[in-house]
Amino acid sequence: MSARNRELFGLIPAALLLTGGFAAVFIQQQNVLSDVSLTYGAIFLGLCLAAHIFLRFTLPDADPYLFPLVALLACFGLVVIYRIDDTLAREQAQWFVVGLIAFAAVILFLRDYRVLERYRYTIAFIGLGLLVLPRLPGIGAQVNGAYLGIKIGPVTFQPAELAKICLVIFVASYLRDTRQVLVLGARRFMGLTIPPLKHFGPLLVIWGASMLMLVLIRDLGSSLMFFGGFLAMLYVATNRVSFVLVGLILFALGAWFLGSHIGHVHDRVETWLDPFRTTLYNKPGGSYQIAQSLFAQADGGLIGTGFGQALLSLPNGTPILPAAHTDLIYAVITNELGLAGACGVLLVYLLFTERGFKIATLARDSFSSLLATGLTAVLALQVFVIVGGVTKVIPLTGVTLPFVSYGGSSIVANFILLALLLQISDRARRDRAA
Amino acid sequence: MNTPITRLFGLVVLLFAVLVFATSWWTEFGAQRLRDNPLNRRQLLEDAKVKRGRILADDGSVLARSVKAQGDTYTRIYPSNIFSHEVGYSFTTLGRAGLEESRNPALTGQGGEVDTLIDQLSGRKKAGDDVVTNLDPAAQKVALQQLAGRKGSVVAMEPSTGKVRVMASVPGFDQNQVPKHFKQLNRDTDAPLLNRSTQAGYPPGSTFKVVTATAALDSGKFNQDSTLNGDSGVEISGVPLANDGGEDFGPINMTDALTHSVNTYWAQIGEKLGKATMAKYMNLYGFDRKPPLDYPNAQKRASGEYSKRGRLLPPTSNQVDVGRMAIGQDKLAVTPLQMAEVAATIANGGVRVKPRLTSKIVDPDGRTTQRINPQDVTRVMKKSTAVQLAQMMSKVVQEGTGTAAALQGIDVAGKTGTAEIDVANNITQPWFIAFAPAKNPRIAIAATVERSQGGFGGTVAAPIAKAVMEQLLQGGSQQ
Repeated sequence: MSARNRELFGLIPAALLLTGGFAAVFIQQQNVLSDVSLTYGAIFLGLCLAAHIFLRFTLPDADPYLFPLVALLACFGLVVIYRIDDTLAREQAQWFVVGLIAFAAVILFLRDYRVLERYRYTIAFIGLGLLVLPRLPGIGAQVNGAYLGIKIGPVTFQPAELAKICLVIFVASYLRDTRQVLVLGARRFMGLTIPPLKHFGPLLVIWGASMLMLVLIRDLGSSLMFFGGFLAMLYVATNRVSFVLVGLILFALGAWFLGSHIGHVHDRVETWLDPFRTTLYNKPGGSYQIAQSLFAQADGGLIGTGFGQALLSLPNGTPILPAAHTDLIYAVITNELGLAGACGVLLVYLLFTERGFKIATLARDSFSSLLATGLTAVLALQVFVIVGGVTKVIPLTGVTLPFVSYGGSSIVANFILLALLLQISDRARRDRAA
Repeated sequence: MNTPITRLFGLVVLLFAVLVFATSWWTEFGAQRLRDNPLNRRQLLEDAKVKRGRILADDGSVLARSVKAQGDTYTRIYPSNIFSHEVGYSFTTLGRAGLEESRNPALTGQGGEVDTLIDQLSGRKKAGDDVVTNLDPAAQKVALQQLAGRKGSVVAMEPSTGKVRVMASVPGFDQNQVPKHFKQLNRDTDAPLLNRSTQAGYPPGSTFKVVTATAALDSGKFNQDSTLNGDSGVEISGVPLANDGGEDFGPINMTDALTHSVNTYWAQIGEKLGKATMAKYMNLYGFDRKPPLDYPNAQKRASGEYSKRGRLLPPTSNQVDVGRMAIGQDKLAVTPLQMAEVAATIANGGVRVKPRLTSKIVDPDGRTTQRINPQDVTRVMKKSTAVQLAQMMSKVVQEGTGTAAALQGIDVAGKTGTAEIDVANNITQPWFIAFAPAKNPRIAIAATVERSQGGFGGTVAAPIAKAVMEQLLQGGSQQ
């Protein structure tokens, strides 16, 4: 069977999930939902099919599993958002269209993604610029003390989502050039491999950028995601665990120092350690969110309360789960589908990661390989950061659950990420076949 | 570069395993603790969305029902407040008490899993089941009238079935006012929220001699004719003990000693039996632990000896004066429910039956989903012992201290009690426990009044018990 036929069959689970999920939620909340919103489900499925046909013509050899996995996640997210608020689901479906347009645009206009290497510094500059945007007066928007979004008129946008792709591209091209020197020029000191100072500099720059992010956007989760992605690429480029260790220690030191000196980050750590302390619980922006997240999950049990069953708001209409459709969507999933459903979602991400790394191993040149590694690692880390935050493994921060959470910038950025991965895959597999 | 990529994937698998572990921790292993967290109001909010079932009296009158409130929630209305303690209350802001708490699963319809699933699939809203109680409003009203505003309690139950027919506690409260006036009710020195029938610890006085008599007869160490010195001034634990009014009875047998409630006789019996035998029979009667009533544990109290610090002491403790305990003094603190159980056990031929407020659970379609059947708890004494005790207690009402409880045409068996609370100010705790008819008992009762001004069990408590028994035994035919 050809790759694209496999992809077509792979879309069946997503279609079933969407149909079944929408039907369940619709039956559950008939009195409040209009059947007009059901048509959005059908349109959504049509879009998946259109994207598949588009891939048949443009990237016939690309990995056949990635797109179905993403469709599954997106369908799942749409069902859960539909269940939370049907107007949000409609908007999400619209963002999905925009995301697919971006996806198609990248594939059509960036025929050879390797040209990106030539613009590496421009891209790095854009990436850093995007990160700083939320701190600019007038457009910057602060949410719970973190500067993650910008607001221009009615549109809010999370630049960090796009910035992560820019930075991965930059690091991949930078490491392709320097990986040899980093290893060969290294000296061993006390059992540790120390890269030459000359090349060590840029690494310090990235570390500094991560720390700056912590200071500027005040978000531990995104910093961890960026720096973790960087370390993953560094490790793959050099095969030296010592580099990673040094990097981790540097990050930990910096995070600890800033964590104890920046009020907001410090508060986040406090609420993480003791979410049920009454003073923290009652404080605005305190531990209420994480505590409610855990309470919601506790009600889920093994198989959950069922689609549409989760308690989301108080009798007077105020939500009991703050940001249920974005940060806490994993808690809603766990509540309604239980441990089983949550593990299912994690498994889909794990399969996505597996395919992403598979593409990295198949790629013939080191830039492609590093790029695939970086994109995959950043996505996996993002999942870890938000799910870990919701389940109190790490302090809760406001990043999205890729493809599932509500949010335009997240959808668009992650579709661009997917487009790049599919392009790398298509080239690698065609080269192998040839 | 492929080896590090494979290792990197291994790391991702590891990280995801941590996430799976954390999720399973919160959903399964640590879930109960989260559900019990006082900050967690999810369950209360969920429950508010369910139309709770009604709570009904034995005659079908409604004691509690739900009406639509804000949004898709319901709130509780209590049309009658004569059973305020038994029914309790249920409010999202305050939590629950009484049957509202102990029967919450049925009231919120958490009964059958299959039903819940069908409801979910059919999209029907979950509704709670009705709880039908054994409580008799007419008899309860008589009990409240008889207490006439005096603090105290009346508990009446069927000896063979354990059905609790009356559980009056004065003062009561208006459950509808609880959300508004909870702080006030809680601070009130008259403690209206306290269910005196199950939560108050009173000295039982001479009613406890029935327990001592059970131990004396059933252990075989004494019989109805055992004769001892009934004079005042007999030394008990080294301190002379007086009879009521300093009366001297001379040598007296057991039947007469119960009829006239001779303290010195029963104290000597207690000493001769010893703590171990007393402890054994107290235990069989259900002392020293919370009674098995279908009522919240937080609203039940164990009857027995209590230390000065309020700790429950076993009757075998060296702090116990067994002679004085045998006549209901010492450090005994008992609930009216426990004393009603004592009377009911003798009435039922020596077998203790679980007292129960609930009769059955009925689903919204009118089908009975659960019948709460009588359950024997334990055999306390031989049948012959129970027969002898019934004879002795009949005599108390015929010619002894309990004549005020005599009913026209019905043989009543009973025992009075008058515990001294404050000798200087002549404050007492009058008691009466009884069952009737003596030969084939249909009702057992305990009545007591708190801090009576010089009242006796025979003059204050016996008439209350009499009126309630009369209502329960003859009320239907007379009205």
